[in-house]
Amino acid sequence: MVAVTLWGSLAAVAGGKNQVDIEAKDIRELFRKLAEQYPAFEPFIDRGIAVAIDGTIYRDTWSKKLPEGAEIFLLPRLAGG
Amino acid sequence: MNFDPRLTNRSFTSVGTRPIRPDGIDKVTGRARYGADFNMAGQLVGRVLRSPHAHAVIRGIDTAKAEALPGVKAVITAADLPDLTNGDGALYDILDNCIARKKALYDGHAVAAVAAIDARTARQALKLIEVDYEVLPHVTDVDEAFQHGAPLINEAIFTEGLEEKPVKPSNVHKRTQYGHGDIHKGFSEADFVIERSFRTEQTHQGYIEPHACVASVSSDGMAELWVCTQGPFVYRQHCAQLLGMEASKLRVTSSEIGGGFGGKTHVWAEPVALALSRKAGRPVKLVMTRDEVFRASGPTSATSIDIKIGARKDGTITAAEATLRYSCGPYAGMWAEVGAMTAFACYRLDNVRTVGFEVLVNRPKTAAYRAPSAPMAAFAVESTIDELAGKVGMDAVDFRIKNAAQEGTRASYGPVYGPIGIGPTLEAVKNHPHMQAPLKKNQGRGMACGFWFNFGGQTCVDLNIGMDGSVSLAVGTVDVGGSRASLSLVAAEELGIDYAQVKAIVADTSSLGYNDMTDGSRGTFSSSMATISAARNAIKVLRERAAQMWDIPADDVVWEKGHALAKGEKYGNLSPLSLKEIAAQSGTTGGPIAGHSELVADGAGVSFATHICDIEVDPETGATRVLRYTVVQDAGKAVHPTYVEGQYQGGAAQGIGWALNEEYIYGKDGRLQNAGFLDYRIPVCSDLPMIDTQILEIPNPNHPYGIRGVGETSIVPPLAAIANAVSNAVGVRMTHIPMSPPRILAALEASTSAQKSESIFGKHDA
Amino acid sequence: MAGVAVSTTINGDHVEYLCQPDETLLEVLRDRLGLTGAKEGCGTGDCGACSVIVDNRLVCSCLVLGAEAEGRQVETIEGMAHGDRLHPLQQKFLEHAALQCGICTPGFLIAAKDLLAKNPDPTEEEIRFGLAGNLCRCTGYDKIVRAVQDAASVMRG
Repeated sequence: MVAVTLWGSLAAVAGGKNQVDIEAKDIRELFRKLAEQYPAFEPFIDRGIAVAIDGTIYRDTWSKKLPEGAEIFLLPRLAGG
Repeated sequence: MNFDPRLTNRSFTSVGTRPIRPDGIDKVTGRARYGADFNMAGQLVGRVLRSPHAHAVIRGIDTAKAEALPGVKAVITAADLPDLTNGDGALYDILDNCIARKKALYDGHAVAAVAAIDARTARQALKLIEVDYEVLPHVTDVDEAFQHGAPLINEAIFTEGLEEKPVKPSNVHKRTQYGHGDIHKGFSEADFVIERSFRTEQTHQGYIEPHACVASVSSDGMAELWVCTQGPFVYRQHCAQLLGMEASKLRVTSSEIGGGFGGKTHVWAEPVALALSRKAGRPVKLVMTRDEVFRASGPTSATSIDIKIGARKDGTITAAEATLRYSCGPYAGMWAEVGAMTAFACYRLDNVRTVGFEVLVNRPKTAAYRAPSAPMAAFAVESTIDELAGKVGMDAVDFRIKNAAQEGTRASYGPVYGPIGIGPTLEAVKNHPHMQAPLKKNQGRGMACGFWFNFGGQTCVDLNIGMDGSVSLAVGTVDVGGSRASLSLVAAEELGIDYAQVKAIVADTSSLGYNDMTDGSRGTFSSSMATISAARNAIKVLRERAAQMWDIPADDVVWEKGHALAKGEKYGNLSPLSLKEIAAQSGTTGGPIAGHSELVADGAGVSFATHICDIEVDPETGATRVLRYTVVQDAGKAVHPTYVEGQYQGGAAQGIGWALNEEYIYGKDGRLQNAGFLDYRIPVCSDLPMIDTQILEIPNPNHPYGIRGVGETSIVPPLAAIANAVSNAVGVRMTHIPMSPPRILAALEASTSAQKSESIFGKHDA
Repeated sequence: MAGVAVSTTINGDHVEYLCQPDETLLEVLRDRLGLTGAKEGCGTGDCGACSVIVDNRLVCSCLVLGAEAEGRQVETIEGMAHGDRLHPLQQKFLEHAALQCGICTPGFLIAAKDLLAKNPDPTEEEIRFGLAGNLCRCTGYDKIVRAVQDAASVMRG
């Protein structure tokens, strides 16, 4: 079980909760279960969500493991110049 | 990914040296081919007709006269690029921006295009196209557009991110919020609170090479596109989707690129060139004029930002709040959101809240510009921080050191930081001789910090070893400033051979797997990771081939300093085989030797910089002069230090231009009034001093060599560093960028008259 | 419109071409003669990317008509190296990494060549003002100025 913190806009979609507990071993499973439990997340996942694991931001490595006790923070997927 | 990207402790032979870049000779002899330097047989000249109105319904377009002009081979309108976006809103906006459909949304918006046998005929044809416009009220100012009752740009926009969906449409596409803690509690604990409002004007990336492409669509559906771009694979994807083509049938070749800085991450005229070619049945070359680049490519946002920061007497910041309004052009964006994420990223804050509003205006579609959205937020925050330090009575650097984020700090955008570099850059600045240098009258020194995320992404590299032992490295990230040199260094390092033995090229979209763009400071970070992985795969093959040549098990062969070595006493009489020797035998040991890599480079690691700037202000005219400038930034590991310095210097120079001169000026008619380099003045050689750099190397734990991106962060601190220097020079706090002479003069005059009236009241009271 | 017949010298070679009366020298060089080393950054004489030397005078070739080259000596970036031997400015631009994207480089090299021909030992300030007609957006000019200083010293011997 990992505790996943949501950024503002995503928290609003989750009914105001800014943290949700999910049983997930990696980012892929996390997204799948989030989409199952919160169907309103799907457009956000389609648009792109980045996952910060202990402060390091992962945008595309969906196989990345979510270690027990790690801080998991969701952010919108950004682009640079 | 079976590749371990973690940092390994190693010493370097090639990495960290400064050889001449492989594409250098072509660039100093005029041979390098940029977007407009390529031609095809039978090529036509494409030109685009643009709206002179900031906001107008297109009632009809009559192209008959233009089509009848001898020499005109195709005329297109939106009807020739039908909507194939299938509900993808972002892609629809790209399409609508490439060629307006129902409405022209800004001065310069493309409405039609022609292809003709020469430029003169194409220009004549444009004049013969009749567009029936119904001019609508417009709004170009971010604050005006934000107001209720402003002319509405898109009636389908209802502000997202509010607790309740609004009943009326507006120009505010989205509200976003970041932060943690309780700012009300935080402000109640503050002994000093400063509240200020800031504005920054819209600027352009100002790359010297205008957008240019040659498009060729054949009747069998095969197509080629030669184009200056930061991302040939992304251009291929967007063009293929918009034209209804299969991506694999469109081969995109990136030319040498004459600057991009984010502006060439987005298609503008390329789908139009392809549509013209498809209709004319001939290749079409389409080159923007400078006027078109300013009016119709993608400048950065104009902004309006409110900041409130509170601190205790001991200098601890107790709360920080920002409200950021960023212009997006006429389409939805996430520019204010990025500003809201980055604004306070340098600081350790228990109570912080940032709110961003994306504001639609009748200006060109906002595009990324080097650390997009961060410089404006940093200007507002770092100006306020400086003022607050003064109020608390602390030195500006010490105040920042006291409040700087560190490992374990919760970032204002959410997660908790790992090891980061803000503290070391501040310490380096504190101890830098620049900080102790004397200043004269009307001169001031300012400093400021900056933050940027840095990105990785999808990356693919082919490394082929020729039979003569030379190595060709094909990468998919466009080289915007020397990455072919740095990636050759990395290949040489990993293989243990000379830099001169490696030749890197940028491959086209048909020769290599998909690559994300060169954006987000990812070019060297990502492609070096893929290069290391490809080289390790090649080494595995080299070891196997050496084992064959020796007739021993591959497991007994190791790779050291460019040679295969047989491990163990029993092989004592086998002398090492060089890469060249193994390559020479490759034809009989199993064929060509290569290493490939396809990976997602993630874990780029956030980046911090601190800048110092000395400014002289002429109080008579408000004119400024940058006397001295120093950049301190963490590179993780500088692969080619000269080009790292170049990134630091270039970003600082762009920031200086933004701070002091550059701005889009719109008339009441909604038209851009300074669409040229004469009136939109970027810094020239005589405007600037030498720009000193100090490269810090705090290794990135998520890269085998510790490399971080270095391209963008250097543009973040200058706006604030210069504003702080101006304030320290002449005692006025500048809240509006650019700090052009009239704005500084007005601030000086306002300050003088305020002092006069104060002294009058003072006397009166006495 | 009838073409204008022009006979001129470019990089020491005799060249003849036909051009339109309103065609710029830059267009002639790039589109008719295949000399694409001069770049069009603005077309209005503001960026210097199209710099060439005409009769020992530095000009923006976008502000000169093709027809005006009649009987003159035109020097472009393509004529700066002698065979495979680079001009000292070219060599120093490479060594100092005085270019990133390189689009402005031909113009800077031509302008610097003209500057050093007139002032072989310029101060930093003279270099900065001498090259103020050329825009570079990548480098912040630091390494360009250093490369010109170094080349000037080499050329003085």
